[in-house]
Amino acid sequence: MNQAGQSRWIPYAFALPAIAVMAIGLFYPILETLRLSFYEVRLGEAPSPQAFRGLRLFIEVLSDSAARESMAVTLKFAVVVCALELAIGIGLALLLEGKIPGMSVLRTIFVLPMMIAPVCVGLIWRYMFDTNAGPINAWVSGFGWKPAWLADSSLAFLAVCITDIWQFTPFVFIMALAALQGLDASLVEAARIDGARLWQVIWHIKLPLIMPILMITLLMRLIDALRGLEVVYAMTNGGPGLSTELFPLHIYKSAFVTQRMGHSAALSVCLLAVTTVLSAALLVFNNPLRRGTSS
Amino acid sequence: MSALGATRSNGLSAVARFGQLSIAWLLALAVIVPLLVMVSTSFKTQRQIFDGGFSFIFMPTLENYRNILEGRFLGYVGNSIVVGVVATALTLVLGTMCAYALSRFTFIGRTPIAMGTLLLRTIPPAVLAVPIYFIWTSIGLAGLGGLILVYVALNLPFTIWLLYGFIEQVPRELEESAAVDGCGPFRSFFYLILPLLKPGLAAAGIFTFRIAWNELVLASILTDRNSRTLPYAVFLYIKDTGIDWGELMAAGVLVAIPPLIFTFVAARQIIAGLTSGAVKG
Repeated sequence: MNQAGQSRWIPYAFALPAIAVMAIGLFYPILETLRLSFYEVRLGEAPSPQAFRGLRLFIEVLSDSAARESMAVTLKFAVVVCALELAIGIGLALLLEGKIPGMSVLRTIFVLPMMIAPVCVGLIWRYMFDTNAGPINAWVSGFGWKPAWLADSSLAFLAVCITDIWQFTPFVFIMALAALQGLDASLVEAARIDGARLWQVIWHIKLPLIMPILMITLLMRLIDALRGLEVVYAMTNGGPGLSTELFPLHIYKSAFVTQRMGHSAALSVCLLAVTTVLSAALLVFNNPLRRGTSS
Repeated sequence: MSALGATRSNGLSAVARFGQLSIAWLLALAVIVPLLVMVSTSFKTQRQIFDGGFSFIFMPTLENYRNILEGRFLGYVGNSIVVGVVATALTLVLGTMCAYALSRFTFIGRTPIAMGTLLLRTIPPAVLAVPIYFIWTSIGLAGLGGLILVYVALNLPFTIWLLYGFIEQVPRELEESAAVDGCGPFRSFFYLILPLLKPGLAAAGIFTFRIAWNELVLASILTDRNSRTLPYAVFLYIKDTGIDWGELMAAGVLVAIPPLIFTFVAARQIIAGLTSGAVKG
């Protein structure tokens, strides 16, 4: 009897400390963002009834030219880097499938760009693309070409994309390779015996079978591409103009540079809505709860 | 066995295998060259950096490191270590306990907690910047303590679900038989389960420490001159008069060292963490 009475509060004793911290550090701040997005307040001001604007800040966000430009840049960035990283990463995984000597060393090397600080990544590539001192111009100047990478809006955007591709293609590669190595070899063998060509095996058997993992990989990359700001903060600070101002960076600058806290909160709500939808989509493909009960 | 070996190597010719190997190592080179550029630049004088273009061959100097370490940099290293270690320890303890509750008990509120934390895994730190600044400054929680609290909260959702996967692999019979022997739930958690979770704890610990050590946005708004952590301190070397690349890269190297060490020591756990959930094994 004592046992039964005791066991009712035991799960809470295990779960509550973590839940309390998340409630204070995540959940309450999110609610506060929602509340602040209704008030036109500057940084450091408390929201007052006079500053209440209802949903007007959201309408403002959608008609604000800087916010719209930042959204367009972010969308372009996310599509370009995700498409290229998946294409290159999956292509390389198909090429390098099978036993390669030293693969564990290679995988260790591939993880490095994801582990070091995004700030470091941004600064390294800021130096790489530096007009006068940078290695890239030292290497291309042999062709009589000395572009000012980070001072030109389209070249700066290209540079930011190259940096992201350098940083995260290895992630796609590792995921795709793990998926391919998990495939049932007999399926591929059966297709071979039936006379399927190499590309037929890849297109009709391997890719469809690893598709769920590729979808998870795509969603994870997409969410991260919409979430990060530190690399561009260190590399270009969004410039020149707004050409590399990714949306999270725009949120940050709206709050702490132009100090429009309500505006920034409304931008935050928009971003949060998008990442939450993507996060929910990720759960459709990969829900640890469902996995736990089925196996 | 030999048939399996044949399908594994795909009957590739020696030329094809050589091609594979070259592609693989070219790729590794592409990944590693920018890192080597950072390291080599950190050992150059300002003159070597700006004269005659980039080169990997030069007379190295420790000048940049000496300049950095004579300034306030060491204090910022200390701040980062405190934040990283405390946030990681707290996240692991709280996260494992919560994961254990979710894995082993059915209780009222379990589903909302599970779904909530699953969705919170992807929250953009930039979204937290405004409210955290607003709340933290109004209750006077800025500084290292406030920063640690945010980092623990930010890391808990991922940690809970990474460890949930590891706990699910521990057979329930273990605790059931311990309970028969009179071992309570807390004792069996700390003495039976926790030691079995070492690989999971290593992976979760590395990921948490990495975020706490590398994070810039929240650190920049919650810290001041004295409580600054490394990623923000690095920007001190970008001055109005221009960038001191040598010192900046030396600072970058020092910031990158702990994550690099972790990667070389525990690459297997890191890859398991990165692919966790999506790929079995």
